[in-house]
Amino acid sequence: MSDYTITIGTFIAIQAIVACGLNVIVGYAGQISLGHAAFFGIGAYSSALLTTAGGLSFWSALPLVLFITGFIGLVLGLPSLRLKEDFLAITTIGINFIVVSVFLYVPFFGGALGIGGIPRVILFGERLRGTPFLFLCLAFLAAVQLASWLFTRSWSGLACFALREDESAASSMGVSPVRFKLAAFILGTAMAGLGGALYAHFMRFISATDFGFPMSVMILSMVVLGGMGTLWGPVLGALVLGMLPEVFRPLTEYRMFLYAALLLLMIRFQPGGLLGESSFARQIFSRLKGGNQE
Amino acid sequence: MLLDVQDLHIAYRDIEAVHGASFSVEEGELVSIIGANGAGKSSILNSLMGLVPPRSGIIRFRGEDISRIPSHVRARMGIRIVPERARVFPRLTVRENLRIGLYGIHEPAKEKERLAWLYELFPILEERGSQDAVTLSGGEQQQLAIARALVSDPKLLLVDEVSMGLMPKLVDQVFEVLQHLNRERGLTILLVEQNALASLEISSRCYVLETGRIQFEGASGVMRDDPRIREAYLGL
Repeated sequence: MSDYTITIGTFIAIQAIVACGLNVIVGYAGQISLGHAAFFGIGAYSSALLTTAGGLSFWSALPLVLFITGFIGLVLGLPSLRLKEDFLAITTIGINFIVVSVFLYVPFFGGALGIGGIPRVILFGERLRGTPFLFLCLAFLAAVQLASWLFTRSWSGLACFALREDESAASSMGVSPVRFKLAAFILGTAMAGLGGALYAHFMRFISATDFGFPMSVMILSMVVLGGMGTLWGPVLGALVLGMLPEVFRPLTEYRMFLYAALLLLMIRFQPGGLLGESSFARQIFSRLKGGNQE
Repeated sequence: MLLDVQDLHIAYRDIEAVHGASFSVEEGELVSIIGANGAGKSSILNSLMGLVPPRSGIIRFRGEDISRIPSHVRARMGIRIVPERARVFPRLTVRENLRIGLYGIHEPAKEKERLAWLYELFPILEERGSQDAVTLSGGEQQQLAIARALVSDPKLLLVDEVSMGLMPKLVDQVFEVLQHLNRERGLTILLVEQNALASLEISSRCYVLETGRIQFEGASGVMRDDPRIREAYLGL
């Protein structure tokens, strides 16, 4: 594989991890979030600071990074207990802008210069770069997918689905809305934190603008494109949206136009996403399955 | 006394929907609250479940004031509701809908027994087990909503306008099931209905609610023969 392919692949794997996290919040628990990049950023900044100023290794910093992002996710998830739909969407956008401003204007976070000199990940005495680092990201993506799958199979997952479908009906079945919305925020933001940590050690230089509102929109687009609430949707979404700019490189000028056209086509023909209910992929799959049974 | 409600007021912003209702339900009773559309029946049931906060008043369940307790805790205490228009979880399968009803109850042996009993009561639910609830007909959704509430073995079942939107034959069927649950299983039921005649027939006591106030109360058999009730509510 060329360096170019490996770089694109690593970006896609990292963004897929972050998109899987958003899928837990938006797809499973039904809480809209347009500020997910903030948690991607919080993960990246905490890992960067812990491994540069803090002097920790990537591995000893990682549990702290997950804890920090998950905890901030819990605190910033609190508005979701009182706000719904549009209001929650606007609030989460606000959270994204506030977090970026804190990174940008508080000198502790390196200000506009960001943080540089982030060490590489060391595994078995090897400094990971190129293909090994890509495999590390893919291994983490597999772990995230496993966690998501286990979550959908658990009581907590079922409780979240019920909340997404009908909050008051769920709470009159004994499901605590507070507990499970916050559980989804903690799990989803911790996954974003993991993605952020990998991003920091891949780029080795980060700045606040990497984690702005456009990134949040991008991540949400991945989840929507692939299929909200499906297990593989966010991964597929990350793959498609990660590769499109490369495929359409000659058409760079028209990139935004192509995105818009793609989203409109999705809304018109596949509103549930590429892997969502009643999507082409699902129909073909169930037809194949039906055919085998006959 | 299983449920004892004193001077319940319910308001939506400035508009008061229920002006001081007092009523009670004994263990093993089937009590109905009848009244026209907009009388405040559903508001009362929702506030018993904790979905609508009362402005004032006391709701005692087994002697404990539950009026400030959140709904999921009330559900654990053994109060379950069959909501108006069923409100099943549309994109979850029938089986998943029933599993939500079991949330927080970890007794696998008992669960199996309850499910087997419910499948006997509503065979269609077993047949449609792996289908999404949204694909069920209105009557089947209503059955699922009842089963979802019953699967936890509640102490008090609240039933909100179960006849609405169902064809007459199904209404009879659903009422028969409720009567059976009450008589044979000793389940305490509080029923809220626009269909006054049908609910008077199966309930032992009845309250008549009119624009947020309880106007009459008494044994259902007596009510059915009361000329005022017959004229105003039964249209006879």
